[in-house]
Amino acid sequence: MNLKTFKIGGVHPEENKLSADKEIEVFPVPKKVYIPISQNLGAPSKPVVNKKDQVKAGQLIAKGEAFISANVHSSVAGTVSKIDKVIDQSGYKRDTIIIDVDGDEWDESIDRSEEINRDITHLEPDSIIKKLGEKGIVGLGGATFPSHVKLMVPEGKTAETLIINGVECEPYLTADHRLMMEKGEEMLIGVSILMKGLKVDKAYIGIESNKPDAIAHISNLAQKFKGIEVYGLKVKYPQGAEKQLIKALTGREVPSGKLPIEVGCVVNNVGTAFSVYEAVQKNKPLMERVVTVTGKELPKPSNFLVRIGTPVSELVEKAGGLPESTGKVVSGGPMMGKALTSLEVPVIKGTSGILVFPARVSKRVPMQHCIRCGKCVTACPMGLEPYLLSQLAQKERYEGAEDERIMDCMECGSCHFTCPSGRPLLDYIRLGKNKVGQMIRNRGK
Amino acid sequence: MNLFTVSGSPHVHEDRSVRNLMLGVVLAMVPAILVSVYFFGLGAIRVILISVAACLLFEYLIQKYVMKTGPTINDGSAIVTGVLLAFNVPSNLPIWILIIGAFVSIGIAKMSFGGIGKNVFNPALVGRVFLLISFPVQMTSWPKPQPITAGFVTDTVTGPTPLGILKEGLDAGKTVSQIEPELPSYVEALIGNHGGSLGEMSAIALVLGAIYMLARRIISWHIPTAYLGSVLIFSGIFWMIDPTHYVDPLFHLVTGGLMLGVFYMATDYTSTPMSAKGMLVFGAGAGLLTMIIRFWGAYPEGVSFAILIMNAFTPLINRAFKPKRFGEDVKNG
Ligand code: SF4
Ligand code: SF4
Repeated sequence: MNLKTFKIGGVHPEENKLSADKEIEVFPVPKKVYIPISQNLGAPSKPVVNKKDQVKAGQLIAKGEAFISANVHSSVAGTVSKIDKVIDQSGYKRDTIIIDVDGDEWDESIDRSEEINRDITHLEPDSIIKKLGEKGIVGLGGATFPSHVKLMVPEGKTAETLIINGVECEPYLTADHRLMMEKGEEMLIGVSILMKGLKVDKAYIGIESNKPDAIAHISNLAQKFKGIEVYGLKVKYPQGAEKQLIKALTGREVPSGKLPIEVGCVVNNVGTAFSVYEAVQKNKPLMERVVTVTGKELPKPSNFLVRIGTPVSELVEKAGGLPESTGKVVSGGPMMGKALTSLEVPVIKGTSGILVFPARVSKRVPMQHCIRCGKCVTACPMGLEPYLLSQLAQKERYEGAEDERIMDCMECGSCHFTCPSGRPLLDYIRLGKNKVGQMIRNRGK
Repeated sequence: MNLFTVSGSPHVHEDRSVRNLMLGVVLAMVPAILVSVYFFGLGAIRVILISVAACLLFEYLIQKYVMKTGPTINDGSAIVTGVLLAFNVPSNLPIWILIIGAFVSIGIAKMSFGGIGKNVFNPALVGRVFLLISFPVQMTSWPKPQPITAGFVTDTVTGPTPLGILKEGLDAGKTVSQIEPELPSYVEALIGNHGGSLGEMSAIALVLGAIYMLARRIISWHIPTAYLGSVLIFSGIFWMIDPTHYVDPLFHLVTGGLMLGVFYMATDYTSTPMSAKGMLVFGAGAGLLTMIIRFWGAYPEGVSFAILIMNAFTPLINRAFKPKRFGEDVKNG
């Protein structure tokens, strides 16, 4: 097979897809859920329920009012016990709706049948956008950008191609892989809906070649769909980063500081496509998602279909319990994920995986002098000079950092990953980006 | 309650430290070490061991008593410098001269700049060139190789290097074809059966190690390719114009310290450029300078000087040749 890929930089971390063969298990409904009202990129939503209100699964509980914001629905049936500030995955206290579960009654409007609803002929772009907004669909790849906003192409730009991300380039994670294997057709219907919403007639699905079964399965299913093409991609991190994926699949390069629409592309993840299917064809809001719970010393690495708001501790328990050796727990993948301070935080829309690392690999490798080997430069997929950016940030030379295009850094971590001197390059670069971002915003005032 | 480590992403790290890389370089030099021992016997072992020991010792002492920072001798870079310095001197070099060389390499070229990562010039080359200028006689009396298999020979015969023979002959007004009978054959040159510094003898052994370093991604292909290409092109042009006074490019490739310089010294991390483009420029420039010195310089061999001169240009190259940024000057069809 002729594998496509991006050209500049990239690294190859150990893949460790421990749960690749584990079928998605429906996770039991927890006794209590904690649903933060701000789970997506953009403005927080406004609660529309009060303490002691009875809610059904799928009922709207917080409304997104700003342009970039998303509705939040209850993932369970029960009583709102509190609306309070609770520590979420970011480690900060956030407004959270806490619901005591009672039974599992779903909102009547949701079609719970197993049957696949293939008919999309009657759909119009506007009704699709409206539906996705209503059902609180956000990007499930990690960035959690509201999906309906993504479909609203800014004036003056035209969408030509829908790019579907089935790459899952983060090591360990297998949620998207399993979804493609088990819900492939539904996902493809979701893709067709997104194509309609964008008024485009082609979609490319990119899947990394370490999932040959998914490539074969989706290619096979896609034959029945018009305009959808499936491509195998070389295993290279960060193949699934938006700009790199567009480059690999279309050969186009999104200009610095611009969005994919600049080159006529809109990118969505396979998990999102599946949620789109559920929202439009089954009237189901985004109230559960697939989460990979894994780790080399975790007894049972698994893929769970989890209600939003379920405490992470319950997931880990079901996967065999937290090993004695644990030193770090990460939400997301090992390259870009976030270290958690505690397991008592809820699963949210953007939670793709929970990773358990033993203590001996939790600490960073000791830091030495930069030996100027240039390996970070070779690794950077954005063509930046991470050693230089981190130096500039460290010395607080933010103008210099801006000139060296620090804002192009997508925080993929390839530089830090590869540095033989164990330098925490991305820590400094993140700090620098913060400051430079502030500088740019102040300038605009 | 479990206390978790919280740190920024990424949470995994490539299993490859500085020490790891440096020991990889040392491993890559083993074939060349073996060849040198084969041809020069105990003399070679003596020079290599003393050079490495002196480099380690100087680094340790300076670190401990002058700079007063944590020890860096564990990172293996002083071992690499030690072996490279040994590779760049004749196998019968008096010990005291060798120790001076080690001091210049580590003390002056490396530690006075601030240690690993800070030095501008390749330490081993600075040591070598210092010795060449200060002790020209001892540094250019190369013992004739005497394979161990030939039995134990005590009286060392010295002889010139192939490049030396060539230069002398040309300076005396001879043509290449007249000098040719005195030169080693290509096979001999490849194996290493000719006069020369300890480690530059066998092109084959050096290339073998280089393949290992390339395969393990210890070095990248950019500098060696540009370097070799530029030597080939430049010497090829002159050879085609005037084969009576310019020897063929192949001869230049396999003789002198070219392979040693190209793969082991022009690829030094600290003293060479960071970006792919910069590395290509560095390699091409070093190749050009090498040939200019070999053709018209006072010394028969130009690799050391060429690399050192390019080292000096490295900061400039780093500034002028930035990597190709993603999303810059894009033309999307
Ligand atoms: S984190 Fe930023 S600087 Fe580092 S490799 Fe990724 S894009 Fe480049
Ligand atoms: S990879 Fe590390 S040691 Fe090498 S140049 Fe970059 S920061 Fe320096």
